[in-house]
Amino acid sequence: MSATPQYRVCPTTGLKVFGATQALIKANAVAAVVFLAVGGLFGLSVALTRWPDVHLLPMDWFYLALTAHGLDVLLCWIIFFEVAVLYFASSVLLNCRLAAPRMAWLAFWLMVIGGVLTNITVLQGNSSVMFTSYTPLQAAPNFYLGLIIFAVGALIACGVFFGTLVLAKDERTYEGSVPLVTFGALTAAIIAVFTLASGAIILVPTWLWSLGYISHIDPLMYKLVWWAMGHSSQQINVSVHVSLWYAVAAILLGAKPLSEKASRLAFLLYIFFLQLASAHHLLVEPGVGSEWKIFNTSYAMYLAVLGSMIHAMTVPGTIEAAQRRLGFNKGMFEWLRKAPWGNPAFSGVFLSLVLFGFLGGISGVVLGTEQINLIMHNTVYAPGHFHATVVTGTTLTFMAVTYLLVPLVFQREIMFPRMAKLQPYVFAIGAGGISLFMMAAGTLGVPRRHWDITFADSIFPYQIPSAGFLMMALNGVCAILAATGGLMYIVNTVASVFFGKRTGDAPVKTYAATPAQAMGRPVVADYGSAGTMYIPGTIVLVGVFFVSFVLYYYVNWKYLAEVWPLR
Amino acid sequence: MAITSPDNRLWWKEPIHRIELAWIIIAFLWGLVMFFTMTFWHAFGQQNLSNTTYKVMPQAFAAKAERMAEQYKVREELGIPVVHPPPGSDVYLIGRIWMWWPILELEKGQSYRFHLSAMEYSHGFSLQPVNINIQLQPGYEHVFTMTPTDSGEFGIICNEYCGFGHHTMASRLYVVEKSTARSTQE
Amino acid sequence: MSKNGAASGADQPEAAERIPFWQRVCDNPFLLLFIGVTVPTVFYLIWGIMEIAQIPVAP
Repeated sequence: MSATPQYRVCPTTGLKVFGATQALIKANAVAAVVFLAVGGLFGLSVALTRWPDVHLLPMDWFYLALTAHGLDVLLCWIIFFEVAVLYFASSVLLNCRLAAPRMAWLAFWLMVIGGVLTNITVLQGNSSVMFTSYTPLQAAPNFYLGLIIFAVGALIACGVFFGTLVLAKDERTYEGSVPLVTFGALTAAIIAVFTLASGAIILVPTWLWSLGYISHIDPLMYKLVWWAMGHSSQQINVSVHVSLWYAVAAILLGAKPLSEKASRLAFLLYIFFLQLASAHHLLVEPGVGSEWKIFNTSYAMYLAVLGSMIHAMTVPGTIEAAQRRLGFNKGMFEWLRKAPWGNPAFSGVFLSLVLFGFLGGISGVVLGTEQINLIMHNTVYAPGHFHATVVTGTTLTFMAVTYLLVPLVFQREIMFPRMAKLQPYVFAIGAGGISLFMMAAGTLGVPRRHWDITFADSIFPYQIPSAGFLMMALNGVCAILAATGGLMYIVNTVASVFFGKRTGDAPVKTYAATPAQAMGRPVVADYGSAGTMYIPGTIVLVGVFFVSFVLYYYVNWKYLAEVWPLR
Repeated sequence: MAITSPDNRLWWKEPIHRIELAWIIIAFLWGLVMFFTMTFWHAFGQQNLSNTTYKVMPQAFAAKAERMAEQYKVREELGIPVVHPPPGSDVYLIGRIWMWWPILELEKGQSYRFHLSAMEYSHGFSLQPVNINIQLQPGYEHVFTMTPTDSGEFGIICNEYCGFGHHTMASRLYVVEKSTARSTQE
Repeated sequence: MSKNGAASGADQPEAAERIPFWQRVCDNPFLLLFIGVTVPTVFYLIWGIMEIAQIPVAP
């Protein structure tokens, strides 16, 4: 590797962008968007099948599409994008060349090969075992092999991230501690290592089993270890999208964390405890005791929830503080009313923050309460919950960030700015609706992963309440809306990346709503100085959040108390 | 800024503003409240899943269920026995592709020791419209005590994906008032 | 910022001493990696596997 690598200085942020880093961020982001397009299409077909009056797909295609949907969006789209974020947070933010770009390319190609192999295997039709592939259901060997190759690639990418941290420290490209966003990315990378290692531990024997070299995989053991991957991989998302919330607030508004200490403490709590929540999936399982369930499902006494609740104040708080410094100081909410709502990077992030917190966060804690899980487990409430976290949370944030990524890294202008302006709203309403209506259907007993809730082919058909059918229909309508938003995003991104006007060396203005809000403003809000912090709007928002949380939590205990006694 | 290193080299020594600190304390206490609500419910609540599980061969479990069905069968529906075991006894329910076997008839207000297991794949016991959802695994016998508090006809559907017939896997559970129960047995 | 940096450069041991413990933890990615992998491995995986392995055979 050359000692003086090629880089350009970003005219907007003043950061060094190295050629290899830029190429890798581009490649991973493009791959991510391709998988989103494929996975999103499968998702739409699933939602339209579950709309009882439409019932789009035949049975075998439904289960196939559902398997592919989970793999493409939960694994491929999200992890490719996360790798791009890891390279950005290490190489770009630390002003350092990327360690081992060749390994990073190897990681990229392994992930592509793994993702494609698994997709092809699923499409061949003998591997409709769902994303979870619970044994003894068996997929074709290449299904597992593709996932293993993908996981190895992603692990290598994490290695490149850690290597870059070491390199930056050795070459002293930054002073003191790493930026908060890099710390958040580090959190994600740490969780990713545990996730991917667990995936390898369980998928390698399962692959050998599918080849016939191993006779038996214990279904309980499989489920336990598999969820160390399946759930933790979604914790990578949380860490990444929270980091991106801070990043977007900083880039667009010059916002500064209220307190570095509080925000980092929150990420630290994630590193320590967030991954224990894999236990959420085993709460009504035989064979694992209540002590294990309670300790793990509560992230060791809700310490990771504490981390999220800290972010729930500090993220809007930094935005409010920044806006007030920019002069939007009237009353309680002028800062929010006059925020750059026309800028998709901002609107996407803020909508994601609200929807993730209110829909995803609260429902997650309730669903993950050991006993309450009894009245929700494996109903469509569960997908309702995680569409709020992964779609309105992570995916919407990634979409919002793309509107900064295209001008800053691809150096292209967004081709259809008006469409971009509208896109986060369309997608947020659609995805928010999906989550809400699936959760509602779940409380009415509608099962997840089910082709036909009319039970037409069953000898003892069970009649689900008609409200359940209505909810699944509304879910379908919202899925169409979300798919429209997704399509708007994909078309705009692909068009801009390949055909957009080059921005050249001019600083990006397009998506800084007013010049005053552009990046590079002097630091906004002094942290830690007791006299200056003034965030009444945020306090109100957080208060509303807290009251909703407490009420919803105890309402569900009341529902639980009404069902048949069990012990 | 969040995308640059902290301005203050010793950021850990900065005081946290009292508004932020207050929220952190509230959030921490709320976490403790939720944690102790869960543990409290274990001691005093009525809805807790038992920790009793045994390893069992699927055939051995099926044999136990068949023995029960033979002993307490009251009628048949579409070839599947309807079983009315005495209150307080052990009742067995098999989940297999793609049916539940047998059909149970229980008495309202009486407790039964349920034994659930799956034959080949995992299945999800989903009692509707009560909405109690419990997981079955092949090779494991899941044991718990349940007390029906409503009478009528209930549905049991499978809510764990178990192959292409998954959506047809549904059955019934009857809960009868005590008096009717006695007359059926006579 | 640069002033602080220069000071710590000139007077390394003393400066290093003054960095609070938890900040040093946060600045050490590999220590965090170790903790972040060990905690779920012990409490979730190993504990869970032991529970499953100890399930008794049906009477």
